[in-house]
Amino acid sequence: MSIAATTIEHAPHHRGRGTRALIQRLRHGDEVAHLLTLTFAAGILLLTSMLVYELWVNSHLSRAKFGWLFFWTRTWDPIFDNFGASPFIYGTLITSIVSLVIAVPLGIAAAIFLAELAPRKISDSISFLIDLLAAVPSVIYGLLGIFIVVPLMRTTIGPLLINTLGHLPTIGKLFKPPNYGVGFFTAGIVLAIMVVPFIISVSREVLLTVPRDQREAALSLGATRWESTWQVVIPWARTGILGSIFLALARALGETMAVTMVIGNDPKITASLLAPGYTIAAVIANEFTEATGDLHLSALIELGLVLFLMTFILNGLARLLIVATERGGGNLS
Amino acid sequence: MIRLRLLWRKSLNAVMLSLTGVAAFSVVSVLFLILGYLLLHGGTSLSWDFFTKLPKPVGEAGGGMANAIVGSLKLLLLAAVMGLPVGLLAGVYLAEFGGKTFSFVIRYTTDLLNGVPSIVIGIFAYSLVVLPVKHFSTLAGGVALAIMVIPITVRSTEEFLRSVPSSLREGAMALGASKWKTIATVILPAASGGILTGMLLALARVAGETAPLLFTAFSNRFWSPGWGQPSASLPVMIYTYAIAPYDDWHRQAWAAGLVLLMLVLLANLGCRLALNRRGSVRSA
Repeated sequence: MSIAATTIEHAPHHRGRGTRALIQRLRHGDEVAHLLTLTFAAGILLLTSMLVYELWVNSHLSRAKFGWLFFWTRTWDPIFDNFGASPFIYGTLITSIVSLVIAVPLGIAAAIFLAELAPRKISDSISFLIDLLAAVPSVIYGLLGIFIVVPLMRTTIGPLLINTLGHLPTIGKLFKPPNYGVGFFTAGIVLAIMVVPFIISVSREVLLTVPRDQREAALSLGATRWESTWQVVIPWARTGILGSIFLALARALGETMAVTMVIGNDPKITASLLAPGYTIAAVIANEFTEATGDLHLSALIELGLVLFLMTFILNGLARLLIVATERGGGNLS
Repeated sequence: MIRLRLLWRKSLNAVMLSLTGVAAFSVVSVLFLILGYLLLHGGTSLSWDFFTKLPKPVGEAGGGMANAIVGSLKLLLLAAVMGLPVGLLAGVYLAEFGGKTFSFVIRYTTDLLNGVPSIVIGIFAYSLVVLPVKHFSTLAGGVALAIMVIPITVRSTEEFLRSVPSSLREGAMALGASKWKTIATVILPAASGGILTGMLLALARVAGETAPLLFTAFSNRFWSPGWGQPSASLPVMIYTYAIAPYDDWHRQAWAAGLVLLMLVLLANLGCRLALNRRGSVRSA
């Protein structure tokens, strides 16, 4: 297509020079269309740069006052204008890690089933339903989180965890009372349900790009179905799967509503996962409209900047990894 | 010994493979659990009043969310008017005109913009629209949603334009049509079904967004005339009603949740079925 297009497109350019040629080209419409669409495409670049610029400029007050200390201090005190981000960064990371610990094994297992085992028709219809799951608005997850998951945590899952895992050395520290139902673990569960569709659909696509002969070679050497999947197909696709995990992590970090509704909104750094906490996105959602002082608003915008940078880096890495696997297989890692 | 080893390998195979099946079905069952809970709690709370009445003052039972439904529609209209044309034209550029490096940069930026947390988009729209005029408005909410619509539309438009067979393109050009004429009269119409469904999917995605509206459109317990005043919207209503301590509000939150979920799921269902039937590329 491109050869035909370029020869035809360039033909009129040689007819003349100067204004006459310009008029000719404009009447032709091609240049106008090109410029018009180019403007809008460049508009996306402009929009993204403005986003970074606004976050940077509007967080000026907070950056000037707290500097790098912003990331270390634990106080968040709007009354005395003293702001430190560490409880929020901690909460954001912990909830995301908990969600990945649940979602990664579940997502990869489901993706293996869809790509390797299920007949194409069943696989397609399940993927269809999983795409629908990804479309459920986050405030709906929050609603179910408050009224279904939180009571379940308070009465059943929480006590169960305290009585079993809570007695183990080392890991036991993560599951200590008090257990109010809201907290890091609850947020992690809700986040896991929200990000698992992304892990499944990206991993499935990546697994489907693994060449058939890789599987056949493993099977013909006497490997079982599981061995061929686990020792041949998964290693081949691992960069892409890692990419899907990064995408999911980026989503989990930035997720706002569902987490705000179940995290407990308490800016503390606690070892126990059952304790209430706070995340960056949640504090912005809760305090932005109520921020009275300029410094408070500026500190919240700086938190937004931190969140933006975290997801920006992760998304960038994820795209590169996925592109790399789809182009060349697992040898690139 | 070898027998034992074989037995172990075979049973490991069976166990692990069935576990993958269990994983897939348990994830799918979550969708039905969500639907079931919302039908159960929302269905019983849904009434005619919900669609026609304004919210009652705090403490009084009853009332509805008519203003939030209209507010959400107005916000979506703004998002469509501002976001879709930008996305469409940028998508046309990427598919038809783009060079190599510049297109790569645009595509990459679009993906990154798509990945920006919605709450950060909210801060951006706040500093663009709310800060200069010092008050919340429907317009600010519309801007926030439009920014989210753009990257989704760009990528789906580009994908559907690329799926148009090149024989159509070559045929038009062989007849002497200019590149622009070819795009406008042959390629865009051929891809229009897909592009429109992609746009509808983008709108369905932002219809459920809450975080970017919290401090742009804000909220309102009354009608919001025009575009310059704070406006209620369904997602924000669900949030405020769910975290409030009143039972009646919880019931209404479930009802609003059911309405929102039905709208979003039906739009998605329709679009995806239409796309699958056309046999076109599935867009995420």
